[in-house]
Amino acid sequence: MLRFLIRRLSSAFVILILISAFTFLIFFAAPRDPAVLACGKNCTEAAKDIIRDNLGLNDPIAQQYWEFMRGIVMGRDFSVGRCDAPCLGVSFNTDLMVWDTIVDRLPLTLSLSLGGLVIFLTLGLGAGLMAAAKKGTVTDKTLSSMSLVFSSMQIYFLGPIVLGALVFSSGIMESPRYVPITEDPLGWFTGLLIPWFVMALIFTAQYTRMSRSSMIEQLQEEHVRTARAKGMSRPYVFFRYAWRGSLIPIVTILGMDLGALLGGAIVTEMTFSLAGIGRLAVDAVTNIDLPLTMGVMLIGATFILMCNVVVDAAYAYIDPRVRLG
Amino acid sequence: MTTLTKTEDAPAPTGRDAFLSVRDLRVQFSTEDGIVKAVDGLSFDLERGRTLGIVGESGSGKSVTNLTVLGLHNPKTTTVTGEIVLDGQELTGAREKTLEKLRGNKMAMIFQDPLTALSPFYTIGRQIMEPFRKHTGASKKEARERAIEMLTKVGIPHPKTRVDDYPHQFSGGMRQRAMIAMALVCDPDLIIADEPTTALDVTVQAQILDLLKDLQQEFGSSIIFITHDLGVIAEMADDIMVMYGGRAVERGSAAEVLRAPRHPYTWGLLSSMPSLSGNVHEKLMPIPGNPPSLLNPPSGCAFHPRCGFRSEVGGTLCTTDRPELGAGRASACHLTAEQKQTLFVEQIKPRLG
Amino acid sequence: MSDELTLTEPKDTLPATGEPLLTAENLTMHFPVYGGFPFKRKVGAVKAVDGVDLQVFPGESFGLVGESGCGKSTTGRMLTRLLEPTDGRITYRGQDITRAGRKQLAPIRSEIQMIFQDPYSSLNPRQTVGKIISAPMEINGIEPPGGREARVRELLEIVGLNPEHFNRFPHEFSGGQRQRIGVARALALEPKLIVADEPVSALDVSIQAQVVNLLQDVQKELGIAFVFIAHDLAIVRHFSQRLAVMYLGKVVEVGDRDSLYNAPRHPYTHALLSAVPEASLHDDDAPQRERIRLTGDVPSPINPPSGCRFRTRCWKAQDVCATEEPPLVQLSGNRDGHLTACHFPEDGDALSSGKEIVMDEALRRLEK
Repeated sequence: MLRFLIRRLSSAFVILILISAFTFLIFFAAPRDPAVLACGKNCTEAAKDIIRDNLGLNDPIAQQYWEFMRGIVMGRDFSVGRCDAPCLGVSFNTDLMVWDTIVDRLPLTLSLSLGGLVIFLTLGLGAGLMAAAKKGTVTDKTLSSMSLVFSSMQIYFLGPIVLGALVFSSGIMESPRYVPITEDPLGWFTGLLIPWFVMALIFTAQYTRMSRSSMIEQLQEEHVRTARAKGMSRPYVFFRYAWRGSLIPIVTILGMDLGALLGGAIVTEMTFSLAGIGRLAVDAVTNIDLPLTMGVMLIGATFILMCNVVVDAAYAYIDPRVRLG
Repeated sequence: MTTLTKTEDAPAPTGRDAFLSVRDLRVQFSTEDGIVKAVDGLSFDLERGRTLGIVGESGSGKSVTNLTVLGLHNPKTTTVTGEIVLDGQELTGAREKTLEKLRGNKMAMIFQDPLTALSPFYTIGRQIMEPFRKHTGASKKEARERAIEMLTKVGIPHPKTRVDDYPHQFSGGMRQRAMIAMALVCDPDLIIADEPTTALDVTVQAQILDLLKDLQQEFGSSIIFITHDLGVIAEMADDIMVMYGGRAVERGSAAEVLRAPRHPYTWGLLSSMPSLSGNVHEKLMPIPGNPPSLLNPPSGCAFHPRCGFRSEVGGTLCTTDRPELGAGRASACHLTAEQKQTLFVEQIKPRLG
Repeated sequence: MSDELTLTEPKDTLPATGEPLLTAENLTMHFPVYGGFPFKRKVGAVKAVDGVDLQVFPGESFGLVGESGCGKSTTGRMLTRLLEPTDGRITYRGQDITRAGRKQLAPIRSEIQMIFQDPYSSLNPRQTVGKIISAPMEINGIEPPGGREARVRELLEIVGLNPEHFNRFPHEFSGGQRQRIGVARALALEPKLIVADEPVSALDVSIQAQVVNLLQDVQKELGIAFVFIAHDLAIVRHFSQRLAVMYLGKVVEVGDRDSLYNAPRHPYTHALLSAVPEASLHDDDAPQRERIRLTGDVPSPINPPSGCRFRTRCWKAQDVCATEEPPLVQLSGNRDGHLTACHFPEDGDALSSGKEIVMDEALRRLEK
C-alpha cells in the first residue's frame, strides 16, 4: 500500500509539472495580449510595455515559468506584497493572491460537489439496484425510461425551470446562495438544496443506468449461481455477491466525475450564479489572467489525480485480485 | 435401479425405493424466438449411495435438468412441470424458503469451472463456512474448524493458512478441491456434479475423480454426474442415462450401456471418440450434422436427421412417431431388439477396438 | 461432410527420415515479469518454453501434447513466428527464420498456416466467409487461376461446406462449421505446414470427430505436414504419427506413436496415459489398468523446480533429479527416434501391470 502511494503520488507530481508547463506554453501561444485588456481604451504602445514589464511578461518564458514554479515552493515577493508558499502568483486582473482567491472559493465547490454526490449516488445506485432486481417489470421500465429522459437533459435547461417554479413564481424557496456551513448549517443546507438536486438529477440518470446494467451482468455470473446453490437467500446473494462486483465500473466513473466536479462545476455554478472554482476558471480564461488560469488548472488537475489514486485503491479493496504496486 | 426389467414396454419406473425420483419433467424457457423445450418429458430414479451418469452434448438438457432439481432456474421465464421427489419431498412448486433449506444442505452442486464458480471477492474459507453456518447454525469458530477439516479432507496442503486465501491464489485443481469441500461441508445426501473435471488437466482430473469416489464412499452420498465424456462416465457411474434433445434416449447400468449400447446415438458417441487402444488406421465415425435446435425440434425421433439406421426401420416411423423410453434397461428407438443387437455386434463393435 | 470424401487407403506410419521441413533448436520463450520498487523492472520470467528441440518432416503429423502451462501453445506460436523466441533457432527448409523480419517472412508465411482453438473468436464476425477465406490471398497478393472467388468456393467444398455459402457471416454457422471455415482459410495459400492449436477441443464430441476426419483427409490428400497441439492423448494418438510430450516448458519424451503409447519410458508420460479415462468395453476379468495418481498441480513456470522439472510430482525422484537436468536422449531399449529425458526411466512395458501408485495425500488418507 505504501509502495503504491509513493509510486502513484510521485507520478502524479510529474504529471502536474507537465500540465503546468503545457498550460504556460499554450498561454503564450495564444494570440491575445493580457496587457491590452489591462490597459483600457486609450492605450499606447508605451503604456502596454510598462504593463507587460510590471506583469513580468517581458522576461523569457522559461524564466517566467521558473519564477512561477519556485514561488509554489518558496513563495515570492510582488509589488502588492509578500506571497507565501504555496504561491500561485498574483492575479493580473484583481491584484489578489491567486492562492487566497482559490481557498476562498473552494468551500462552495466542495459543498456543491460532495452534497450533490451524496444525493446522486444514493438515488442512482438505489434506482439501479431496484431496476436490476425487478428486471423486465414495470418498475424497471419506468426507472429506465426516467433515467433516459433525465440523462438527456442539461443543467442549464433544468436549472432555470426549477428556479422559476420554486423560487420566482411561487416563492417556496429562496434563491440559491452559499453560506459557510460553520456559520449557519441550516442556511448552508437550504441554500444549496436546489443546485444539489438539479445537478444530482442529471448525474443520477447515468448512475442508475450504469448500476442497473452492471448489476444485471453480475447476477448472471457463475459464482452468484453457486452462492444460490449453497442455499444462500436471494437478498443475501444480491447484496453480498452481485453488488460488490457491480461496483467496479461505478467506482471508475465516480472517480472521474468527482475529480471533474471538484475542479469546478462550471455549468452548475453559472446556472445558479454561485461563485465557486468553476466560475473562477471562466473568469480567468476570459481575462487572460495567467496566474489565475494556472492556479485553477493545477487545483483541478490535483483533484482529478487524487481521485484517480483513490479509485485505484478502491479497486483493490473491492476486488482482492487487484494488486496495488 | 436394482431390478432391471428386460422388456422395453414396461410402465415407467415407480420410484418407490428411489432417493431422488424425477417423473415426466418438462422445462420450457420462453425466449424472443419462441419456446425452448430444454427438457421434454424426462423420468429417472437415483438410489441412495449410487452414481447416475448423465451423458449428452450441448443442448441435450443435461445441465438444465439438474439446475431444475435444485430450483435454480429463473422462475419468470421458465415453466417447469412434472415431479421431482427428493427423499419423499416434492420439489417442483416448493416454496423458495424450503428449497433454500435443502440447497447446500441435503443437495449440493459442484460446477464445471471453479475459477468462475467461486466468488473472487471472498476467501475460500468464508465461502465454505457460509452454507455450514446457515444450515447448522454453527458459530464462526466452529464453522472455521469445519472448513479447515474439509480442506484437509480434500487434500489442500497447509489448510490452516490456505483457508484464508482467495480463489485466485489457488491452482485450478486446488480450486476444484475447495469447491468439493464447499459442496460436502453439510454432508449432503445428493451431490450434483456438472462436468466437474472438464476444465482440468488430465492428471488432475484423475485425482479429482478418485477423490469424489472416495468421498462418496465415506459420506454415502448419491451423485448425479453430468459429462460429455464417456471415458469419465465409465470411471464414475453405476448407471448411465444418455440424453439427446431434452430427452433420455438410453438408460441402463454402466456396463450395459458401454458394452452393449442399444441406441444409434450412443453408438455414434462411442465411435466418434478415439481410444488409447483402438486401431489408429480405422477412421473415426462421426455423427453427421449438428445437435438439434430445441426451438424447433425435429418431428418424430429427434435424432432421425442424423441417424444412419433409419432405413433399417423402414417407412416413415422415425419422422412421425417419437419412440418412448421404457422402464429399466431401455433405449428409445424404433429398431427392434434383435436389430439393435445385430447392428451393434456387426457394424459398431468391430470399430471400437 | 468430410466422411463422404473419397479416401486413399491410410498409409502406415511415415518414417521420420529425409530432410526435416521445420527444425527448432533450443527454442526458448521467456515472458518477462515486472515488479520491484521504486521503479518497475524485470524481476523474473515466465519460462513458458525453455529449450525445446524438435523436427517436423514433410507430410507428417507431429503431435505436441501436455497439460496446461506446459508451453505447447507458445511453442506453436513460435513455430509460426506469431511470437519471436527469446532464444534458439527455427529453420524452415534450411532457412533460418528465427529473427526474420516481415519482408523475409512474407514468402514463408504463406507456407506455414495456423488453425486456432476457438472457432468463435478466431473469425471476424463482421466479414463474410468469402472475405475471411480470401484474406490470406489478398494480403499475400496471390491471384489464383480462375479468380479468388472460384478458389474460395473450391476451398469451401474441400472442407465440406456448401460453396454457395461464401456470402454468409460466421454467426450463421455452427461451431463445427466455423472450424471448417478456419481450416479453409488455412488451406487458401496451399501451405506446406499447418500448426493446429487445440483445433477440436472447443467442439462437441460428435463434431470433434468430423473435424478430426477432415484434418486427416487434408493432411493425407494434400500432403500437408501438421503440428497438432492438443491435450487429449487419444485424439493425438489417432492423428499424429510422431509426438512430443511437454512438461513445464520442456520436451520430456518424443517418439513415434506406437513406441510412445505402448512403451512410455518417462514417468510423466506414463502417468499421463494412465490418467486418461477410458470408455472401456472390456470385461471385468481383463487385466486391471494401471493407476497412477500424481500429487498437486503443475508447478509455476516462473520458478520451475531445479534439475528435472517433473521431480516434485514424481514417485521415482532421487537426489540426483534435483541437481542434474536429465538430457533428452535415446535410452537403450528405445526404438529409433524415441528419446526420453529421465534419470530413472520406466521399463516400458508397465501399462497393464495393474500396479498402483498413489502420490496424492488426500487419496492415500481416504483409501487407507
